[in-house]
Amino acid sequence: MVDVTVIGAGVIGCAVARELTRYCLDVCVVEKETDVCEGTSKANSGIVHAGFDAKPGTLKAALNVKGCGMIPELARTLDFAYRNNEALVLCFDEAQLGGLRELYDRGIANGVEGLELLTPEQVREAEPALNDVAGALLARTSGIVCPFEMTIAFAENACDNGAVFRFDTTVKGITRDGSLYRILTDKGSFESRYIVNAAGVYADTIHNMVCEDKMKITPRRGEYYLLDKEVGNTVKRTIFQLPTKMGKGVLVTPTAHGNLMVGPSADNIDDKENTATTSGGLASVKERAGLSVSGIPFGKTITNFSGLRAVGETDDFIIKESAENFIDAAGIESPGLTSAPAIAGYIADIIVKKDGLHPRSDFIETRKGVKHFAALSREEQNELIRNDPAYGNIVCRCETVTEGEIRDAIDRTLGAKTLDGVKRRTRAGMGRCQAGFCTPKTMALIAEKYGIPLDSVRKN
Amino acid sequence: MREFDLAVIGGGPAGMAAAVAAKKKGLDNIIIFERDNVLGGILNQCIHNGFGLHTFKEELTGPEYAERYADMVRELGIPVETGTMVLNISPDRVVTILSSGRGVEDIYARSVVLAMGCRERPRGALGIAGYRPQGIYTAGTAQHLINIDGIMPGKECVILGSGDIGLIMARRMTLEGAHVAAVFELMPYSGGLNRNIVQCLDDFGIPLKLSHTVIDIKGKEKLEGVVVAEVKDGKPIPGTEEYYPCDTLLLSCGLIPENELTRSCGIAIDPLKNGAVVDDRLQTSIPGVFACGNVLHVHDLVDHVSAEAAKAGESAAAFVRGGSAPEGRVIKLIPKNGVKYTVPNSFTAGSLDDEPHIRFRVTGIYKNAAVVIKCGEKELFRRKMRVMIPSEMQDLAVKKDVLAAADADLEIMTEGDIS
Amino acid sequence: MTKELICICCPMGCGLTVEMNGSEVVSVTGNTCKRGDDYARQELTAPMRTVTTTVRTADGVSIPVKTKEPVPKDRIFDCVKDIKAANVTLPVRVGDVIAANVAGTGIDAVAARSV
Repeated sequence: MVDVTVIGAGVIGCAVARELTRYCLDVCVVEKETDVCEGTSKANSGIVHAGFDAKPGTLKAALNVKGCGMIPELARTLDFAYRNNEALVLCFDEAQLGGLRELYDRGIANGVEGLELLTPEQVREAEPALNDVAGALLARTSGIVCPFEMTIAFAENACDNGAVFRFDTTVKGITRDGSLYRILTDKGSFESRYIVNAAGVYADTIHNMVCEDKMKITPRRGEYYLLDKEVGNTVKRTIFQLPTKMGKGVLVTPTAHGNLMVGPSADNIDDKENTATTSGGLASVKERAGLSVSGIPFGKTITNFSGLRAVGETDDFIIKESAENFIDAAGIESPGLTSAPAIAGYIADIIVKKDGLHPRSDFIETRKGVKHFAALSREEQNELIRNDPAYGNIVCRCETVTEGEIRDAIDRTLGAKTLDGVKRRTRAGMGRCQAGFCTPKTMALIAEKYGIPLDSVRKN
Repeated sequence: MREFDLAVIGGGPAGMAAAVAAKKKGLDNIIIFERDNVLGGILNQCIHNGFGLHTFKEELTGPEYAERYADMVRELGIPVETGTMVLNISPDRVVTILSSGRGVEDIYARSVVLAMGCRERPRGALGIAGYRPQGIYTAGTAQHLINIDGIMPGKECVILGSGDIGLIMARRMTLEGAHVAAVFELMPYSGGLNRNIVQCLDDFGIPLKLSHTVIDIKGKEKLEGVVVAEVKDGKPIPGTEEYYPCDTLLLSCGLIPENELTRSCGIAIDPLKNGAVVDDRLQTSIPGVFACGNVLHVHDLVDHVSAEAAKAGESAAAFVRGGSAPEGRVIKLIPKNGVKYTVPNSFTAGSLDDEPHIRFRVTGIYKNAAVVIKCGEKELFRRKMRVMIPSEMQDLAVKKDVLAAADADLEIMTEGDIS
Repeated sequence: MTKELICICCPMGCGLTVEMNGSEVVSVTGNTCKRGDDYARQELTAPMRTVTTTVRTADGVSIPVKTKEPVPKDRIFDCVKDIKAANVTLPVRVGDVIAANVAGTGIDAVAARSV
């Protein structure tokens, strides 16, 4: 028996698990994939939204603004990549400047600080690569984060504080057994006092196992381009477009690690596993991004990917105790990543209040990530190599990732088991050659650690 | 800070040939930095034969060719630091290296030869729609897995791109027991050599389908198949889609010179070849820094790489001993109609070799055409060429007098129709 | 009868035109050197190929191997099989015989790299 079972090890599930380990609770995270961060959390824009977008009074608005305020400090304590690069919302048509003003007012109502309406001249000076605009909204609190690192950081810290992660475990059914839930999985069943449903696009499936009022989550696919770091400075800020009658715009942004990212498209689909890119989707991203920056060097694309946003029917996050001791964190579409820490606090509060809990004194607040060799000073690099010569062997030449980092990623708490797991923890294979050179070496390190033949090492 | 007369960046065929040539020209204090644990670079995984006909007058496999040069390096006593990654080269030739033995270290080099080679164009750069499952490899990665690591990426294979590595891998996969359904090529002509089509595809009944490409990739975790379509003007033709079930997709869709160090050093890059702008001594825009081999422009034949690299090594030796640039007018060589790029980009009139080489590629297939070098309206050089195709680098040796006659910039072009 | 071939002796890949009289080669044109002529005659009577592959040593190291001379084209797979079955222990020098008289062709398969 555990106190709380969190279903889903995406950013929400991991943030919730971490928050719950502040208290004397047995926390278990159940995840159908092999690793954390395998769904929506791994394929999104990585934006820390300021919070001017959501309707005032909604959970989305409140948790977005709160989360945006929490992330800079969390990035320090949990050691994940974050940059406060600011954002601009572009308006191309003078007739629509009113819409921009509305956005500004909404932001103020939501409590967003540092908003300012800019003139075309100010925009040109701030971001010379942009096309001509009629005006723009500057959001100074907007930032960019590495979504993998952030999710992994929450998970590792939760694990360090006692949360148990069960991977490759799919929830098949949930029954109520007196005051307890019995969670039936493909790896056996167990009992839990509370359930937190953070199952992303499958949150409806989980919800409907327990609750009478049925829920529907629609996967909304977004396709992206990721471009070479060589052109990562095309823009400094995250560039949004004011929604027009042509539809919601796409963004152009540097990533937390210095690539340029363009996307996403937005297509509602039926298949919750369909993360394929499409020629039509990619073409539309290209075309719409051209509205903001006409000279995006798409020839420097290093990969395309797509992710699914979990869209509910209420136009707001669905975070509540939907049945006795069953708490939904459903419909967490954008700005879900930004809101994650605030959502975690909100959910923990529900349980803490019901159980009358007090924080543990031995909670470990901080976590150190994989040391990124390339980001260290010369002295730190040499210190590292002196202690462990593996930090002197480059495995991924594009991102300058050393054998030491890859070994760390494999050996650490909730260590990587696959090539993609290593990639998301170290960036090995995330560079311009897209793992052409480092694949055999990384495979060998994984095979060595787990004592498996080389050809049993999986990509994902 | 350690100091060297010449630091060679990369211990593949280009780096080794450059170091050997510089040593033979009397340069003593040379160092080769190689990121792998052995010399040889990509040749170590190119176990097929066909190397060395020009250089050694016999047909060798890649590892044999590499070993001959590695032996020369050893016999000449040229120091090699393997397991050493070059992190940065500054414009004043301070080279930052990283190794587990020495950590991060700056060294000073009186001259530098860039010989970092190239990388393969990955799937992401091709913009193929679909899933991103396990089972998609660039041909060179698959070649490493099979020939060095001894493991097979899969059993049922489709190859996209008819570059030489793709063709070689079609045969290699077949010999190792896999079934290769076909090689698809976007262009209407092959990206590889005709001899490889014969001995790697025809010999094994593997079809080469020109003007075809992969338009969709199926399988979320593991590759299940690809959708292929015929293309016209670069666009898939609706109705020509065909599904090929496979567990392996190999990509041989072009090579990209690895010029990240070159760029961060501030060296001018020629976008036509994605390599450094060089003069006839293969010197880049930064004095004392030379470039050769696949980092300068992608070659088809290692024999050409060795010859070019030897020139770079000799030039580095001359630079270190002479100290200053040769005198004379700089004559630019500008690629025009039908010529994609040239190496070199310019000549120095006062210091021409007896027979300077001009290496270039054409933009289309030319049969019974000619290559012409003009200076303004004046034609200085003409050579008939039986066949020129984009996948084969052309190597012209031109008499010194021809270039010396130039009183302005030169233009090189093809004459004849694309067939 | 006329046959068209592509010479595989060197990277030039000359297009050869071969005049045949039954199974007899009458003339070869299109070649740039003597080897093209030899190749065409050989290819149309008894095609030969050099076989290259790898063998794993007992220590699990992959060694490149080639047939010292070309072998009959229809014996390629037999040669690969024989080479794969060879017992190899380190050290290996380039040129060391890995499989003598490979697949009964009379040709030795030799190591193409020193390890």
